[in-house]
Amino acid sequence: MSGITVNTKINGDPVEFICEADETLLDVLRNRLGLTGAKEGCSTGDCGACSVTVDGRLTCSCLVLGAEAEGRDIGTIEGMAQGEHLHPLQSKFLEHAALQCGICTPGFLVAAKSLLDKNPDPTETEIRFGLAGNLCRCTGYDKIVRAVQDAAKEMRSAKAKSAKTKTAAKKRA
Amino acid sequence: MKYERPTTLKAAAQMLAKEKGKAFILAGGTDLLVRLRTGFIEPDLIVDIKDTAGARSIQKTASGFKIGAAVSGAELGENAALKKAWPGVVEAANLIGSKQVQGRCTMTGNLCNASPAADSVPALVAAGAKAVVVGPKGKRTLAVEDVPAGPGRTSLKKGEIIESLILPKRAPKSGDAYLRFIPRTEMDIAVVGVGVNLTLDGKGIVTKARVALGAVAPTVVLVPAAAKAIIGTKLDKAALDALAAACAAACNPIDDKRGTREFRIKVAGVLARRAARIAYKRAGGK
Amino acid sequence: MPLDNAPEGKRKFNVVGTRPLRPDGIDKVTGRAKFGADASAPGQLVGRILRSPHAHAIIRKIDTSKAEKLPGVKAVITRDDFPDHTGGSGGLYDTLCNVMAREKAFYEGHAVAAVAATSASIARQALKLIKVDYEVLPHVTDVDEAMKPGAPLLHKDMFTDGVDPKPKKPSNIARRFEFGHGDVEAGFKKADIIVERSFKTEAAHQGYIEPHAALASMGPDGSAELWCCTQGHYMVRDVCSQLLGIDIARLRVTQSEIGGGFGGKTTVFIEPVALALARKANRPVKVVMTREEVFKASGPTASTSIDIKIGVTKDGLITAADGVFRYQGGPFQGCSPAEFGAMSAFAQFHLDNVRAVAYDVVCNRPKTISYRAPGAPMANFAVESVIEELAHKLGMEPIDFRIKNAAREGTKSSYGPVYGPIGLGATLEAAKNHPHFKAPLGPNQGRGMAAGFWFNFGGQSCVTLNIPVDGSITVSVGSPDIGGSRAAMCMMVAEEMGIPYDHVRAIIADTSALGYNDVTDGSRTTFATGMACILAARDAIKKLCARAAATWGIPEDAVKWENGYAKPAGPNAGDFAPLSLKEIAEASPGTGGPIAGHHEFSADGAGVSFATHICDVEVDPETGRSSIVRYTVIQDAGKAVHPSYVEGQFQGGAVQGIGWALNEEYIYGKDGRLQNAGFLDYRIPVCSDLPMIDTQILEIPNPGHPYGVRGVGETSIVPPLAAIANAVANATGVRFTQIPLSPPRVLKGIEEAKKAGGRKAA
Repeated sequence: MSGITVNTKINGDPVEFICEADETLLDVLRNRLGLTGAKEGCSTGDCGACSVTVDGRLTCSCLVLGAEAEGRDIGTIEGMAQGEHLHPLQSKFLEHAALQCGICTPGFLVAAKSLLDKNPDPTETEIRFGLAGNLCRCTGYDKIVRAVQDAAKEMRSAKAKSAKTKTAAKKRA
Repeated sequence: MKYERPTTLKAAAQMLAKEKGKAFILAGGTDLLVRLRTGFIEPDLIVDIKDTAGARSIQKTASGFKIGAAVSGAELGENAALKKAWPGVVEAANLIGSKQVQGRCTMTGNLCNASPAADSVPALVAAGAKAVVVGPKGKRTLAVEDVPAGPGRTSLKKGEIIESLILPKRAPKSGDAYLRFIPRTEMDIAVVGVGVNLTLDGKGIVTKARVALGAVAPTVVLVPAAAKAIIGTKLDKAALDALAAACAAACNPIDDKRGTREFRIKVAGVLARRAARIAYKRAGGK
Repeated sequence: MPLDNAPEGKRKFNVVGTRPLRPDGIDKVTGRAKFGADASAPGQLVGRILRSPHAHAIIRKIDTSKAEKLPGVKAVITRDDFPDHTGGSGGLYDTLCNVMAREKAFYEGHAVAAVAATSASIARQALKLIKVDYEVLPHVTDVDEAMKPGAPLLHKDMFTDGVDPKPKKPSNIARRFEFGHGDVEAGFKKADIIVERSFKTEAAHQGYIEPHAALASMGPDGSAELWCCTQGHYMVRDVCSQLLGIDIARLRVTQSEIGGGFGGKTTVFIEPVALALARKANRPVKVVMTREEVFKASGPTASTSIDIKIGVTKDGLITAADGVFRYQGGPFQGCSPAEFGAMSAFAQFHLDNVRAVAYDVVCNRPKTISYRAPGAPMANFAVESVIEELAHKLGMEPIDFRIKNAAREGTKSSYGPVYGPIGLGATLEAAKNHPHFKAPLGPNQGRGMAAGFWFNFGGQSCVTLNIPVDGSITVSVGSPDIGGSRAAMCMMVAEEMGIPYDHVRAIIADTSALGYNDVTDGSRTTFATGMACILAARDAIKKLCARAAATWGIPEDAVKWENGYAKPAGPNAGDFAPLSLKEIAEASPGTGGPIAGHHEFSADGAGVSFATHICDVEVDPETGRSSIVRYTVIQDAGKAVHPSYVEGQFQGGAVQGIGWALNEEYIYGKDGRLQNAGFLDYRIPVCSDLPMIDTQILEIPNPGHPYGVRGVGETSIVPPLAAIANAVANATGVRFTQIPLSPPRVLKGIEEAKKAGGRKAA
């Protein structure tokens, strides 16, 4: 068996790894790169616990070959907080007790961020369908949906505030 | 197992033709990787076609739309012109799997996977879509309904690859729709799927129609009798009853873990009525 | 300091009842938390298990020679590597037979061999090289079929227990149980209306998102380490060491974060296999189940067949209730929760005459294990369906009928004990007054309700509390935290010590650090381990007071503890400035060394729990598809320590019940093989299937806990099956007696009723 050398970017950092042709991106992240935030719940794309982004597009890392990562830009849960600042979704999940066991949480956060990046003001129905690819067995989803709604609200108001500050700064200049 | 990522379809076709072992094409991978992972297949070669020219583009041409083989469901959903012209096809493709799966899955893969329950296929068949096939012996075009040969089998020959799917140019006052039945609201395989595509005249009378059913026979089936039932009508109750009856008559389903034969036959008719009404409305009918 | 067990319902709490952030939160939202499959060890091998493709077969021979020769394979094990240290019978022997098949494979997915190799692909190849010679036997997977004379027999030596005289012929019926009081026959004679119906429910799986995972290391001297996701690492330690024939103290088990359990991780499956592989290879071995293995070879709950007969007078008083409960628990005796089903079935009623007979039956299915309120949801579905039907026949509002017959303080329960203060009446009254109860319904919608019960358990807990010199506190508990219990532990310690929540940190200690702790099950952790935390805090307070007393030169009993300070107990004790926890801790190296509190006990007094659920369902009359449009849970929590996590338990349990009621089921083919061993076709609810789940927490204090806490984790899965079935009946006019209410079943029922011209049972 000969390994394939792959050059990729993970959470903005250049990464080089060697993998076998039949290894998935999830295998590579977890077993070769020590990034165990993405979880293997089913390995068939049915639970969403291994959610990552590839070139900004949400996907299950169990449905991507490691070799396919060549030249791509991968985003994982480990890249979500900025230094010591949690992403608003991360804070709101804690505040709303939107996790019990926490195994699905990384996948939910990656999927929810992807949802809000595209749709900053989703309806409850849009949130529910947007997160339908992520299974949670503990919470009944209620508190997850509320946390996403609250995070979206906070992100919108932060954006409005920063836009206002920018306009004010422009006016001053 | 080898992994190759050629940049031309010609090279891809050659790799496939040359391979003595088991070779598979990878586009979205949402079916292939599941089969690989569960040990259902043991490939010797996987040819990733995402980097081949045109594989990831949607082109609007004089004669309709040309959709590359590796265009994902999410990309289809983001193409406003395609969505406007063929809302039924796009909604069918967008029903496959979750948002995560949508980021990768392709209509061509859905077609070549040759599941009778494939969501996008009844909509494509109803739309009269064609598949452009590249192979060692050159290019050929065939109707989408001629691609699946049975559950998990296609009519494609060794070394042949679908390069793109062609959707015809939209006639005025036309509409299409796809509905499926699943027990949950998401993440399920269709128990029954119905695609309806129709064109109206100025008075709202159906002049042309195509109706296709999924998950009720070994392959997706085009049902001319169902189309006949609504052509020449304004989708009045009698026409819808005839449509439902024709669809039920065209069903030859099995009992399995997802539904009974009896259930599938009954629900095929129910969904056909509902899908026809949506398509009619989209075509501007009242 | 005496243990004050009086309910402190009117006590003013400072920390308990607030909603602080959980201590493990940051790790869990950043991906840092280490779950079962996230650990690795130097030189680790990949372990994989070969499983029987047959539902029932004699294993004639296993040839592992080719697999052993494959380069990269470091160990291959079979039944021969598990000599019997259990004495050849009983539950432990059955566990041994389940983790690695011996004479027979009893179900599809039963482990028959395992390998440890240097890579996953080599391990996979090695499994293919193992040749197993099977003699395939006839199988049985349905509980009613298994009970019939002439059914394929799983065990030649199974003679039904609990029957007098003991049967002479073997059968698949392991045991008969009977509960109740009064004279049922006499009661039915007094009845004006009797409803009698038969019900069936299919097996459901706990469906935790984290597959079982274990990382084992074991030396030739028998010293071993195990890292695994379990609801009880002390149980894992004790069971594994007994199965492997080593001293309990030789094995140290560390519990990883656990990705859901719901009862499914209260036994061992892969842990002894990982250890045996590690022993043979003399290298660490990691075994992780695939999702398919989880469905086929871990422990789902029982499928059942139930008969219910209830009689009432014209004015709505129940005169007698009778039930037969047949539960299959997989291939081994004592695994089905038949006994709990029968005990809980009529527990919500005040009854003069009641009888519940249960049969524990074996089948060629995976060995069942607990699933949230084991046995109760199925029994409740049957009983509460009949209750609803009786109410309709009486022309009474179903809720009034339930209130009239509700169990109350002083009621002799259907399973024996007399109830103390209970919250059933309060949940029913709250339901009746809830806005949901009066909200208008749309077309094709129906409203249903049901009341449910769960016992709750106490059990063994051992807690150590350490106070470092800065006066912060570490609490070491041995109960795995499956849904935020560490937060509750910190809150109770903070409450007791009179200090802020964030000065306390709780950790789950490994098995070498504490005495035995029972499995996190039976809704026991916040109740029992929580009480141990309170008592350990009181122990520490006593020691803190002693240090203060020594500092002041006054007797220990002249010092009291108040809001985080040691103070002289009264004016006679002397005039000393209060000493804070921090001050006493700071001085501790010079006043006698470290200060720690301990408590170890077996907790009694877990208060029973009741809930009432209301649900609105819309049924598509053309497809039979049911959608939950509104759902409300009202439950007695005794005292909610962290209300957010109490609500979470209510919501999560309700949604698991919704899944079970509508779509979840084990589907077997004629070959005895499971048809839907994956999340695609084993359909647990997804986010878009559901509305918000409204909750109302009632607090009727449990006199058995210093703060009045009752367990809350399980009761919430009990009423949904019946509540939904009742709602579907009210929406369609058809009474369904089989779970799940899958669309083909519902559509068929609607069509048949149409043909028959009205209401009927399907």
